[in-house]
Amino acid sequence: MHTELFQAMAQSIIDGDPDAAAQLAEEAIEKGIDPLTAINQGYVLGVNFVGDQFSCGNAFLPELVMAGEAMKAAVAILEPEMQRRGSSRQMLGKVVLATVQGDIHEIGKSLVGTMLSAAGFQVFDLGVDVAVPKIVGKAREVDADIVALSALLTTTMVRQRDVIEALDDLGLRPKVKVMVGGAPVTSEWVAEIGADGYSEDAIGAVEIAKRLVGAG
Amino acid sequence: MPGKIKSITNPALRLQILSPEDVQRIHSATLEIIAQVGVRFPSHWALDLWEQHGAQVDRETFIVKAPPDLIENALKSAPPVYTLAARIPEQDLPMDGNHVYLGTDGCGVEVIDLYNGERRRSRLQDVVEIARIADYLEEIAFHWVALSAQDYPAETRGLHELRAIWENSTKHAQTESVYNQTEARAAVEMAAAIAGGRENLRKRPVLSLMQCTASPLGHDGGSLEAALVAAEAGVPVGFMTMAACLTTGPATLAGTLAVGNAEVISALALVQLAHPGSPVFYAAAQTASDLRTGAYTGGGPEDYLFGAATNVLADFYQVPLSMGSFATGAKQPNWQAGVDNSLSTFMACVAMSDMLLGVGFLHGSRIWSYAQMLLDCEIYNIVYKMMQGIPVDDETLAMEAIRAVGPGGNFLAQKHTRKHMRELFVPQFMDRRPYNVWEEQGDGPQDWALARARQILEKHQPEPLDEKLSKELGRIIAAAERG
Repeated sequence: MHTELFQAMAQSIIDGDPDAAAQLAEEAIEKGIDPLTAINQGYVLGVNFVGDQFSCGNAFLPELVMAGEAMKAAVAILEPEMQRRGSSRQMLGKVVLATVQGDIHEIGKSLVGTMLSAAGFQVFDLGVDVAVPKIVGKAREVDADIVALSALLTTTMVRQRDVIEALDDLGLRPKVKVMVGGAPVTSEWVAEIGADGYSEDAIGAVEIAKRLVGAG
Repeated sequence: MPGKIKSITNPALRLQILSPEDVQRIHSATLEIIAQVGVRFPSHWALDLWEQHGAQVDRETFIVKAPPDLIENALKSAPPVYTLAARIPEQDLPMDGNHVYLGTDGCGVEVIDLYNGERRRSRLQDVVEIARIADYLEEIAFHWVALSAQDYPAETRGLHELRAIWENSTKHAQTESVYNQTEARAAVEMAAAIAGGRENLRKRPVLSLMQCTASPLGHDGGSLEAALVAAEAGVPVGFMTMAACLTTGPATLAGTLAVGNAEVISALALVQLAHPGSPVFYAAAQTASDLRTGAYTGGGPEDYLFGAATNVLADFYQVPLSMGSFATGAKQPNWQAGVDNSLSTFMACVAMSDMLLGVGFLHGSRIWSYAQMLLDCEIYNIVYKMMQGIPVDDETLAMEAIRAVGPGGNFLAQKHTRKHMRELFVPQFMDRRPYNVWEEQGDGPQDWALARARQILEKHQPEPLDEKLSKELGRIIAAAERG
């Protein structure tokens, strides 16, 4: 049943085509297909295929990002239908993501967000130049599993410590794990501020996040 | 005796990398980007300036769209030639298009300790020691802040770093570590103290400021304001794009050149609108992101091509260029470091980039290595020699010596040989020993480079900064710290 439709869904992810992915999602809803079935038997097969291709060196980062974007487009269409049916996707965890105050560098942070979403995390991306109270407040509001903090400058990197201290003050640690990243971040810095993990790139960040929620 | 500075001049090699038509197309695309896509200037001060000059300004997104003639006219007031001054005039660096000057790279966060070889976080004392060694080396013409003084408060760290450089070297200081107007005002005050007052600073800027853009098509507000403060005082300012194919720039080289060019010339135009005629420079270190991780690579063929192409753009706008070469992505001074740093530096030099950044880093400008610093100087010396080309005249054709030796002899004992032999390159760190000697001693270029760095640090006494001046710098920093 619906084999062709599911194949087309997987293909839309492999092609990194958000428009096609969204259109197929609408088609599935019209046909009364359970959104979770569409995701698990259709789109996810595409995500897995691109992931495998990446692992063996046949696919590159832009293809992962485009697959992630296509997946996001499909889920956005399917989400209301899932809510209507009272079902929800099994997510790996909730991540509050931000570039710290005083720092406007976005791309590494956003790339990590895309990769985490594609891997099955629910990501709350607060953007750049985000003050400590806003990050901590969001973590409490959504009951986050992980807070992920980016900084590109040695002068703003110190804010990563401020966030950890604020989480400590509110008694949110160690339940909320903290990941840090950015060019000046080193393992020594991570140890000093008591963060739980760091990675130099977005692929590694996914591995760390999975490990922190016990899914790695 | 101030150390002499070894600059590349009167180049004998040339490279055709972009035709005049190519440059015109990149320029047109750039103006179209600035006028129609816009560039983000997240500073109300900057937005006010743009608005006063008729650009379209969006106060919510901070995006500025400026018409082509506004940009082109503003850039016309940038001086094509000026001088970066040193504490002593013998070490001044004319930015005249006919010199390539080498600097130290910056701004890293870790250092491989010169004595115990361990990697550790950087501190102010590292800035001091690198400045002393750079002061000695004739290959190094000017300083960047090589390492971040992470043992000092973030708000005024940039000032302590500058003081450390001026107290340990007479050469020009170009800081890339001052990111806001408060710190910039103090840095300018320190520079004025060194130069002997504001008017003298304008004539002989002992300080220049380098700010990074935020690719794609953006700037940092604090950086813009720091640059405006410096420009008002006649301190040369430059903006560096590090747009990288795939992530912060298009996958294609031409597209990444256009994006970076839009960032740099829009910022230089802003500075000229605010302070017409103030000295500015173009700065760039574009690269290609790694296809697998998206990471900054600090090397590869795209990097080397950008190194040469960007100077063609800077020449088109008649401003000096500060070009990122060296800065390998390698983790230690190895094959990769040699390939990256040789090719990137050769390409930047053959195009006559005015300033080269810079020596000493591993892992994409993160980890300082004294061995790499000295080995990079050797790469510069090789390129320096190559840039002299092959002079052909009666003397260099050596006909008299050839006649004297004839078939089957050798040239070792010829007067002509004695006269010219010192023109040949003598390596400091290349291993040209017999195989058995290498096998028996088991050492190599890295060891020799480290030994040399230690020797310089232990023996070289830089010309001290006048004690009163030193105190004055301390007073300015203390005032900045009180806020």
